[in-house]
Amino acid sequence: MKEIILAIVIGGAFGFILHKVGATNPNKIVGFLRLTDLHLAKVILFAIGFSSLLLFILMAAGVIPTSHISVKSSYVGVIVGGAIFGIGFGLGGYCPGTTLAALGAGRKDSIFMILGGLVGAWVYVLLYGWLTENMSWLFDKIGGGAVSLAQTGNEKYPALIDGVSGLVVAGVIAILFMGGAALLPNKLRK
Amino acid sequence: MNSSWGWLKSGIILGFCFLIAVALVKPIGVSTQYVIADCFIFCKLKPDLAQKNTDAEGNTTYSSSNAYLNKSDGKYAKSSLNIANYGFIFVLAMFVGGFLSAKLGGPKVEKDEGWIPQTWRDNLGSSWNKRMFGAFISGFFILFGARLASGCTSGHMMSGMMQTSLSGYLFAAGVFAIAVPVAIFVFKK
Repeated sequence: MKEIILAIVIGGAFGFILHKVGATNPNKIVGFLRLTDLHLAKVILFAIGFSSLLLFILMAAGVIPTSHISVKSSYVGVIVGGAIFGIGFGLGGYCPGTTLAALGAGRKDSIFMILGGLVGAWVYVLLYGWLTENMSWLFDKIGGGAVSLAQTGNEKYPALIDGVSGLVVAGVIAILFMGGAALLPNKLRK
Repeated sequence: MNSSWGWLKSGIILGFCFLIAVALVKPIGVSTQYVIADCFIFCKLKPDLAQKNTDAEGNTTYSSSNAYLNKSDGKYAKSSLNIANYGFIFVLAMFVGGFLSAKLGGPKVEKDEGWIPQTWRDNLGSSWNKRMFGAFISGFFILFGARLASGCTSGHMMSGMMQTSLSGYLFAAGVFAIAVPVAIFVFKK
C-alpha cells in the first residue's frame, strides 16, 4: 500500500513537473533537437548534474541506501536502440513519459503516439527471441555491462574510474553538467 | 501564473524529483510499462504469456512462453498479473499530474495545438491524418528503440546519467546522433 501511495505521489509530481517545465510540448522538443531553442537542454543538463551531485553526497553520507540505485547494462543495443528511438523522437517530439503527461494536459495526438508505442514495444517483445539468436551482437556487452563511471558504493556495479572517491568523480561530472547548462546559449542555430 | 518555469528553477525541481524517487523507492523509468500494458492486454487472449506457478517448495513463481517476458524470473509476467504495482500506477499518475499541471497554472495547450503541434503544422501542414500517422510511427520507433536499449529518456538519460551509468551516456549519444539530424531535416522552419 505504501508503494502505491508513493507511486501516485511521485508519478503525479513527475507528470506535473514535466508539463510545467515545457517538456510535454513537441514544439519545445523539436526546437531543442533543431538547436533553435535550447531551453529544455539547459533544464535537462542542470537536472542531471544537480540530482547526481545530491545523490552521491547523500549516498556517501548514508542517507540514501546504495541498494536503491539501479545501473542498467551497457551493450551494443543501447546505442542502436537509442538511434532508433532518435528517429521517433526527432519526428514526433515526444518521449514515452512526456507523452503521458502531455495527454493529461490536453495534447490528444499523444493517443496515437501511445498506441504506436504499445505496438512498437510488443513487436520488440515478439522479436526478442529471434534477435538474441540471429543478431546476438546487439547484446554484446560494452565496458563490462552494468558499470558506472563513479564508484557508487553498491558492489553489484563496478566503477570504470576506480581508485578515486565516487563523490569526487560524480562531483566533477555534475559540475560539468551544471556548468554546461549555465553556459549553453539559448540557441545554436536560427 | 500561466507559464512554465525558467530553466534554472525547472532544472532544480526536475532534479529533485529524480532524486526523491531514488531516495524513497528506485530510479524513475517509464518505457517498461508499455510492455506491462501490452502483456496485461495480450495475456487475456493467450494466457501462457503470463503464468503464475507454484514450485516444489510452495513458493509462487512467474513465467511466460515468450522469451522476453520470461526474463529475470518472469518479472514482466509478474507485473502484468499484478497490475496495481508501483511502476504501472506511477505512469498512470503521470497522466493525472500533467492534467493537474495544465489546470493549475501550467502552460495552457491552445485549442489549435490540441491535436497538431504548431511546428508540425508550419512544416508538414494541417492534415489530421498525417499528424496522427506521424505520431503513431514515432511512438513505434521510440518504444521499439527504448526496449532494445532497455530504457528511455527517464530511465537511461536522466536516472542513468544521474548515477553516472555508462549506459546512460551511450543511450544519449545514440539518441542525439539521430534525433538532431532528423528534426533538422523534417522541420525546416
